[in-house]
Amino acid sequence: MKQLRTAISDEDAVTITKTEELAYELRIHEVMTEKVQSLSPDMPIEDALNIFQKNRFSGAPVLNDNDLVGVLSIEDIIRSLREGRIDATVQDYMTTKLVTVKKYDPVIEALKTFARTNFGRLPVLDENGLLVGIITKGDITNGLLHALQRDYHQEELIRYRASHLFEDIISARTSLILRYGIRKGDFIHGGNASSNIKRALLRLGATPKIARHCGIAAYEAEMNLIIHSNNGGTLRVEIEPHKITMEAYDDGPGIEDVELAMTPGYSTATNEVREMGFGAGMGLINIKRCVDEMRLISSKDQGTNLYMIIYLNDSDNNASTLT
Amino acid sequence: MYLNEIVQKLDLTVLTNHKDFSELEVKSGYCSDLLSCVMTGASAEGIWVTLMAHGNIVAVAALLDLTAILITEDAQPDQDTIDKANDKNVIILSTPKSNFHVCGELWDLGILAPQN
Repeated sequence: MKQLRTAISDEDAVTITKTEELAYELRIHEVMTEKVQSLSPDMPIEDALNIFQKNRFSGAPVLNDNDLVGVLSIEDIIRSLREGRIDATVQDYMTTKLVTVKKYDPVIEALKTFARTNFGRLPVLDENGLLVGIITKGDITNGLLHALQRDYHQEELIRYRASHLFEDIISARTSLILRYGIRKGDFIHGGNASSNIKRALLRLGATPKIARHCGIAAYEAEMNLIIHSNNGGTLRVEIEPHKITMEAYDDGPGIEDVELAMTPGYSTATNEVREMGFGAGMGLINIKRCVDEMRLISSKDQGTNLYMIIYLNDSDNNASTLT
Repeated sequence: MYLNEIVQKLDLTVLTNHKDFSELEVKSGYCSDLLSCVMTGASAEGIWVTLMAHGNIVAVAALLDLTAILITEDAQPDQDTIDKANDKNVIILSTPKSNFHVCGELWDLGILAPQN
């Protein structure tokens, strides 16, 4: 049992409040039992006992025609047995001080009434005072559980979370690695890897903004491999709960002057490639604006290694400037 | 402004599958034929005006969550590009007018540059 001194984490607070919230939202008629077995006042107590035993309940309302006149419980029957009055009628032992609840009231009212009165079941009346059902604490528990489950399923579908990936997977260090082989000159498939990366991140619970930034950075890295590499290259994405690391590497031709390459507008793209709208010279700049850390390691005739990191934090406040 | 109004007022042709454009908002516009510039300058839920009709425009629109691509001067994307666009839920519109002309019309309708 939690010590009261420990500060409740806001996750716990959310769970408590959700259940409380539901107790205010759910109406009694949504959780009550509608098919009520009722007793008549002049029924012998023994018959009532048989009914209770057969159906395994512990109490029932007593109706005279359609009017609720009392409630008979197992305790009342025990009293009659103690007093040796097995020939008595329901009327003799039923409780007439009626405590009822209304069908359109929220469940919280029934909970309050249970707390106040100690009864095990409460008859439920409609606007006209007619009996429409019976509610027990068990009914309330089941109703709340059902509603919680239904709401939980709905939340699962709306996977918009504040950058918490892999919430349910516990290990010392969890990561998911995506790898894509990118072929030189493969314009037809250009953008496929980055689109798959973006989709994977959304699926894992990343915010649309993070997914978009990673998608853009991956796209520029992917197109660079397609446009500039000698033999294509690899795109590798490592997804961890608190950061995403993307790496693009190839085996040539290498970048002679990395600083020059990072200059806006500078491009070594061929004319054919430029005719397709590439070669604006903005790729590396775009990447830098989308990610939190970037390292470009390369030299002429060596492979190029482009390393990008995006941090996920609760405030969703990253260094990137794109929206 | 919603996409259906824009399509109607500018008399645009829809090249991809039809859907309910009245639900799709266009919040800003951007015009460039250089893809990396679009990556920098266009904003999500914006419209991109371009002369480029080849397959690579689809990835750009999808990655940026753009509302639609408007291809000008009647440039025709090939069927592969259209299929790719339908597959990725990217809307491609077409007009015989030039980039300049159609940008002016969009601006007049209240579609401005992204607020950054």
